[in-house]
Amino acid sequence: MKYASQRVAYPFFIAAMALFLGQVLFGLVAGAIYFWPNFMAEIMPFHIVRMSHTNLLLVWLLIGFFGATYYLLPEEAETEIYSPKLAYLQLAIFVFAGAAALVSYQFGIHEGREFLEQPTWIKLLLTISFLMFLFNASMTLKKGRRTAISVVLLMGLWLAAIFWLFAFYNPSNLSLDKMYWWYVVHLWVEGVWGLIMASLLAYLLIRMTGVDREIIEKWLYVIVGLVLFSGLLGTGHHYYWIGTPGYWKPIGSFFSALEVLPLFTMVIFAFYMFWRGSRNHPNKSAVLWTLGCTVTAFFGAGVWGFMHTLSAVNYYSHGTQITAAHGHLAFYGAYVMLNLSIMAYALPQLRGKQPYNQILNMWSFWLMTGGMAFMTFTLTFAGIIQTHMQRVIGEQYMATQDYLQLFFGMRLGAGVVVCIGALLYVYAMLGPAREQLPAGPAHVAVGATS
Amino acid sequence: MIESLSRNAARNIFFGGSLFFFAIFIGLTAHSHFYIVNESTDKEGLTASVARGKQVWEEHSCINCHTILGEGAYFAPELGNVWKRYGGEQSPEGARMALKTWIRMQPTGIEGRRQMPAFDISDEDLDALIDFLEWTSRIDTQGWPPTIAG
Repeated sequence: MKYASQRVAYPFFIAAMALFLGQVLFGLVAGAIYFWPNFMAEIMPFHIVRMSHTNLLLVWLLIGFFGATYYLLPEEAETEIYSPKLAYLQLAIFVFAGAAALVSYQFGIHEGREFLEQPTWIKLLLTISFLMFLFNASMTLKKGRRTAISVVLLMGLWLAAIFWLFAFYNPSNLSLDKMYWWYVVHLWVEGVWGLIMASLLAYLLIRMTGVDREIIEKWLYVIVGLVLFSGLLGTGHHYYWIGTPGYWKPIGSFFSALEVLPLFTMVIFAFYMFWRGSRNHPNKSAVLWTLGCTVTAFFGAGVWGFMHTLSAVNYYSHGTQITAAHGHLAFYGAYVMLNLSIMAYALPQLRGKQPYNQILNMWSFWLMTGGMAFMTFTLTFAGIIQTHMQRVIGEQYMATQDYLQLFFGMRLGAGVVVCIGALLYVYAMLGPAREQLPAGPAHVAVGATS
Repeated sequence: MIESLSRNAARNIFFGGSLFFFAIFIGLTAHSHFYIVNESTDKEGLTASVARGKQVWEEHSCINCHTILGEGAYFAPELGNVWKRYGGEQSPEGARMALKTWIRMQPTGIEGRRQMPAFDISDEDLDALIDFLEWTSRIDTQGWPPTIAG
């Protein structure tokens, strides 16, 4: 850690991990309700549990992105953060807003569009905090060196904030509402968040592989180009059945099928750079998370996304457990693992230690990733049965669900494993640091400073 | 292939290409906006009651259990076509009564069956909600869902 103000990232990461634990806990409760439908039906109905689960996810991912930005920006710009105080204030507002939303949900106070349930005043607070962050980061970049990584990262974050503004537009026409709702949801996760993901990966790869910046940044531009060329018109795969024109079927099918390309390129990028790089970075768990992130994102977002993205397939699978399966592995692979990679890389340096608790950290990787994969498989099987019974044969929804109980039980089991993995991760990162270095020459470990 | 590409060329392709695709996207959504308002949804039928019904739908966050036009949670039945499923096209009064009665009956308390909470909704708001569901069932959805089960 070369710059003192990189420390700003530390409380961001702690807050992100705390909310992450909350997210998986609500996920566990939701999974339990699927298996025991009467569980907590009176005190905490399913819709409250679900909005808590999804909102915590979004809030902690964003806090993680903020922290990652504050961590890497001084190194990239070769200057201190413009205002650490502003960063702490911005974090406090964001965490307060997220917590206020969570508490208000438990009292039935919420708005009613999926993922955008925050009451308006909370949305405003989130916006203010986001703008404070952008101001702080942009001012830092302005006074320092501009690299492709920092420019693409900030571009992704600025665009995310701009598209977020559509959260304030809620027309009475349901079809219009849905079309612009995707401006936030799709253009975030399959659009501009891809810029954030690719630039953070590029940063990690420069640091951990030692490959020339020139080469890494070229790959970065190619990847983010593929992300937006496919992802912008790929929005069309949400415009098949909501009252939008028929031309979205060919356009959405074609471009969203291409969304696999940037995800696959990221896998090649990460593995090729590690193969090509000369550095033997001692933080093996961060290497594992980084490589795992690209692979899981490729399967979760790429393969599972492609599986039901063509309009002829989506006609039958739209809005079934297949969507749930894809949503879980895509978010986990692309954005959860990305944040966990950055934290696994940065926390030893923020705590001023050599990489620690490596074995424990790798256990958490395999438990969480294995659990999420199993969850995705069970939901996919459930979704196939549901699609056949309900969409082909025409059996009623509730009758169909009875056939899926076995899979919901296995999904709950997978959720327990994920929760254990998440707890282990947080313990490995924040708990007492024990030296766990891989066997190898001593000089390898000494090179841990970068 | 990537070896022969310079970083600056990659950057220019990224910025130029993204602007190009963004412009097409904006153009197509502008057209889709026009299409939705004038073609695929019932402009005259979007009464104050339907708009109020959408608010009622949102106030109770129905979408975090149900889907509507396939979007939402997957915990409870699709409601985009619930009006048709309840026979609203043949017998509007019967469907309205049945839907209202069903909502008023919740929770069923049946062991092993997913529970819909009891919502405190006035009679007027409940009618508005059903107006909204009826309006929604008439959206031109390109023939989705494939079966009446939703």
